[in-house]
Amino acid sequence: MSFDIDVERRLGDTRIALRFQSGPGLTALFGPSGAGKSSVLNMIAGLLRPDRGRIVVAGEVLFDSEAGLDLPPERRHAGYVFQDGRLFPHLRVRDNLRYGWKHIRPEDRLMELDEAVAFLGIGHLLDRWPRTLSGGEAQRAAIGRALLSSPRFLLMDEPLSSLDRARREEVLTVIERLRDELALPILYVSHDHAELERLASAIIPLETERA
Amino acid sequence: MHLSAEEWEILLLSLKVSGVAVALCLPVAFALAWILARTRFPGKVLLDALVHLPLVLPPVVTGWLLLLAFGNEGPAGRWFTQWLGITFMFRWTGAALAAAVMALPLMVRAMRLSLEAVDRRLESAARTLGATRARAFFTITLPLALPGLLAGMVLGFARSLGEFGATITFVSNIPGETRTIPLAIYGALQLPDGEAQVTRLALIAVALSLLALVASELLARRYAGDRNRHVL
Repeated sequence: MSFDIDVERRLGDTRIALRFQSGPGLTALFGPSGAGKSSVLNMIAGLLRPDRGRIVVAGEVLFDSEAGLDLPPERRHAGYVFQDGRLFPHLRVRDNLRYGWKHIRPEDRLMELDEAVAFLGIGHLLDRWPRTLSGGEAQRAAIGRALLSSPRFLLMDEPLSSLDRARREEVLTVIERLRDELALPILYVSHDHAELERLASAIIPLETERA
Repeated sequence: MHLSAEEWEILLLSLKVSGVAVALCLPVAFALAWILARTRFPGKVLLDALVHLPLVLPPVVTGWLLLLAFGNEGPAGRWFTQWLGITFMFRWTGAALAAAVMALPLMVRAMRLSLEAVDRRLESAARTLGATRARAFFTITLPLALPGLLAGMVLGFARSLGEFGATITFVSNIPGETRTIPLAIYGALQLPDGEAQVTRLALIAVALSLLALVASELLARRYAGDRNRHVL
């Protein structure tokens, strides 16, 4: 089982409750905006604490309210690709890529810097500052940064939503190759049907309840 | 402009007092700025008000309070003398302490604003990449807040150079020990032939203040410039 999730969290007057299990490949969380999709990713990444529940990814228990287990984000090994990229503005692309990578022992690395750079086609961007990148370039660099931190799984929060059509295709292709070539479990959030039909192995609907 | 030995002494003492004041103030101001920017607790409004108190209190009152607390008979003063061998009353150390207290609100304010301006989602991103809380702070938060922290230090230094009321109340106006530029100007104004000295000291004060402001501006600009240099 790639993802075995059962979480509950109240945020303001919204209650997010989600339970699902999914196999390998790309699992999509689908729902209208404001349904708490990003909150679910944040809970799995360790950035938001569920009120109750249990999070198991790729066989590892990351959170279990009954057992009192709550791994901090840095020990969850999530490769989180945010909607807005979130590259560090004070570091060049190269140092953004190296941020997680340089603290991983060489024998534990999922990828070397050169591999990731070639895979994503971002060799010409290494010396640039994040604010000079186009949306597609920034998103590819952000994917590279996440991959180089040697994650056990990927969380992707609408990685295409800030991109125009041409750039979307560029990043979509990268995500397809991630899914097929790296065999990392991916949890992917979107509200775009067409995107999911192309990418998803399984689709989990998310609806909110007003409390 | 030719400075006399006495004026050199005044200038160097002022720089020493202000430098020590900023160094003294820095850790305290940063900790307070952090608490005010990042935490929520009951009584935060009160802490905020206390930090800003020296800004609105008559400096004479601040000086008098320092005298009560850090004078030779004050509780804090006795503790420092007994355990660290430091006395404040009528000493340059007291002038530095007074300047530090007066600079505190300005430094806290600038540092708090710069900490609040750091996008905390970047820290979250760092954590998911394997950074501990401490590493995220030193590699993301601190560098991003740095221009504001430097600006706060420069502001505090400039404020310390100009400190008058609390200083003269707390440590008096002793040549070579507590007579900084503003106190010297005040002293010279009392003398019938002091006008030339007042002019020279006032010019020094203007030059130092300008220098500090330009320095902080250049620092901030250079820092921002690095990231803009490779625009497409």
